[in-house]
Amino acid sequence: MRDLPFGLVRVLDEAGQAVGPWNPRLEADTLREGLRAMLLTRAFDERLFRSHRQGKTSFYMKSTGEEAIGVAQSMMLGREDMCFPTYRVMGWLHARGYPLIDMVNQIFSNANDPLKGRQLPILFSARDYGFYTLSGNVGSRFGHAVGWAMASAYRGDDKIALAYIGEGTTAEGDFHEALTFAAVYRAPAVLCVTNNQWAISSYSGIAGGEETTFAAKAIAYGLPGLRVDGNDFLAVWAATEWAAERARSNLGTTLIELFTYRASGHSTSDDPTKYRPADEAAHWPLGDPVERLKGHMIALGEWDEARHAALIETLDTQVREAVKTGEAVGTLGKSKPSVAEMFEGVFKEPDWRVVEQRRELGI
Amino acid sequence: MPAMNMIQALNHALDVMLARDPDVLIFGEDTGYFGGVFRVTDGLQAKHGLKRCFDAPISEGGIIATAIGMGAYGLRPVAEIQFADYILPAFDQLVSEAARLRYRSAGEFWAPITVRSPYGGGIFGGQTHSQSPEAIFAHITGLKTVIPSNPYDAKGLLIAAIEDDDPVVFLEPKRLYNGPFDGRHDQALKTWAGDPRAEVPEEHYTVPLGKAAIEREGADATVLAYGTMVHVAAAGIAESGVDAELIDLRSIVPLDIETIVASVRKTGRCVILHEASRFGGFGGELAALVQERCFYHLKSPIERVAGWDTPYPHAFEWDYFPGPARLAKALARCMER
Ligand SMILES: Cc1ncc(C[n+]2csc(CCOP(=O)(O)OP(=O)(O)O)c2C)c(N)n1
Ligand SMILES: [Mg+2]
Repeated sequence: MRDLPFGLVRVLDEAGQAVGPWNPRLEADTLREGLRAMLLTRAFDERLFRSHRQGKTSFYMKSTGEEAIGVAQSMMLGREDMCFPTYRVMGWLHARGYPLIDMVNQIFSNANDPLKGRQLPILFSARDYGFYTLSGNVGSRFGHAVGWAMASAYRGDDKIALAYIGEGTTAEGDFHEALTFAAVYRAPAVLCVTNNQWAISSYSGIAGGEETTFAAKAIAYGLPGLRVDGNDFLAVWAATEWAAERARSNLGTTLIELFTYRASGHSTSDDPTKYRPADEAAHWPLGDPVERLKGHMIALGEWDEARHAALIETLDTQVREAVKTGEAVGTLGKSKPSVAEMFEGVFKEPDWRVVEQRRELGI
Repeated sequence: MPAMNMIQALNHALDVMLARDPDVLIFGEDTGYFGGVFRVTDGLQAKHGLKRCFDAPISEGGIIATAIGMGAYGLRPVAEIQFADYILPAFDQLVSEAARLRYRSAGEFWAPITVRSPYGGGIFGGQTHSQSPEAIFAHITGLKTVIPSNPYDAKGLLIAAIEDDDPVVFLEPKRLYNGPFDGRHDQALKTWAGDPRAEVPEEHYTVPLGKAAIEREGADATVLAYGTMVHVAAAGIAESGVDAELIDLRSIVPLDIETIVASVRKTGRCVILHEASRFGGFGGELAALVQERCFYHLKSPIERVAGWDTPYPHAFEWDYFPGPARLAKALARCMER
């Protein structure tokens, strides 16, 4: 097991065949569902990124090139489990059918925003979809996953927690603290490092990625570490299944490094050509996760180009309609929830300061 | 004298100090090759080399801890924290270490570090790219807290901060990076071009820490502000029609108490404006000081205009941001007495 953090778990080979001991042997319907959710994630990203360019929102972040991760893990884990996301795993929600219109309304911070206009676009919260509340500060929820998992064990439940952290953010104390607690208390958790090679403008070496692998950080904490091809839907699925089974059988936490590539800029505020070759994404040796799953399904005889093109068309229409509905409610600055919402939810019951300040604003 | 925006002025200060003092080093997240997400360190690595200006891992605690170690050794590190909202993971390093090294070692060790960080709202940055945390630093004895409001001061104050032998938290009002902003968000964006405060000398100069600037003289009330709110205050004063004196504190620790007291004794009224939420904000300290020192000169109660006591809410940017109209109202209230 000590060599797993230095290898790379892969299932899909260059010819699109599923090979080797990690093959999860998924049904064709599951593959089709995975492909659909990945394509939906991509279509949604493309269109909402454009909405930002048109001034309809203040901010957006894409997960282009990393769609297999959120989607496979969302599908694999149970509805009772909790994911502690980063901003780059929106595929988790798309795979679970989170309503597109709710996402659009949140991104536009309009009157129907499920988060009441209080949070930056895409920093969702969706408890019913197993999606813990996001925040702009990176890393700080990694330990929450361990605490959540410990609480589940304490209650005798069999729910597990899965958390994400970017490879750049493994430099924060949060990462190391979470691993220590996870090991000491044998928490039923799956802790994932999404190594997309970049942290805004710094390559993974700035986070220590040239000294060892991120999966190998597990060794020092006495945890198993898996290094997985994050652009291989089947490999992500299989590794997660393995780790989830360990967690549910009381064997504790697994650290999974998902080796992938951030194909787009960091966010709408970023211009990646300032610090990396513009065509780097095209040369990423592990390919595009969507193309790889598609190739596999075609090789199996379960998919074809015509169906693929039709699916893209359908998904884009769905996204377009959701955006249109959201725009009809209003985009950023054109529509917002009642200003009273600004004062709600600071505490369970408002104290006098908030009461007085609301009165001062006349609402 | 060249006209510079605040980003260029800060870049210039760093450039001057890198050239003058081999002990000055600059690091932070994305500050090296890329030149910082707000471009403040742009070109410095290319010009001064990898050893003088480099990228740090994403670890604010690590950044400040290593800066303190370097500072204790004898260097003058300038650390950038990408957003002031993200200083908090380094809070213990600032509070228990940087601020106390000199005192607890009876002068054997000290850390002449500068921690630069963009702060403040007005940019639709949501809860974690908009906060104004100055009061929590001001509360820590042993830390200095400096906040410029224009390019000229930004360069001079940053050089003074770097040359200072104590730790300085240097908060940069990000809404002022590219131009003055008076809170009237529905008006056309202004740049610094043509503003006399944007004429920045190329050479080394300092603006001393602890010296306020009288931005506008007036007879009937004193408005205390810093950072972005200096511009909002100017607009609010104009809107109110009150002949108010506007004081730009420039640094809140050390605080120029003489200038404040002299002004309030002259005008007899005081309004404090800050963007941070009101309760426990720095305005409370200012109000107490003014009350203690100017009580018999006051003609009306001291007023505080500040952000509401809520987190910074994305959709409600302009409902939260204390704009000129709220200041004008407070000034009018003072004048009724
Ligand atoms: C505590 C904190 N520090 C800094 C930032 C600014 N920041 C936002 S994203 C980011 C890069 C994160 O890189 P990585 O962890 O690799 O995740 P990725 O964006 O690649 O998915 C940084 C530095 C932040 N949001 N929070
Ligand atoms: Mg990354």
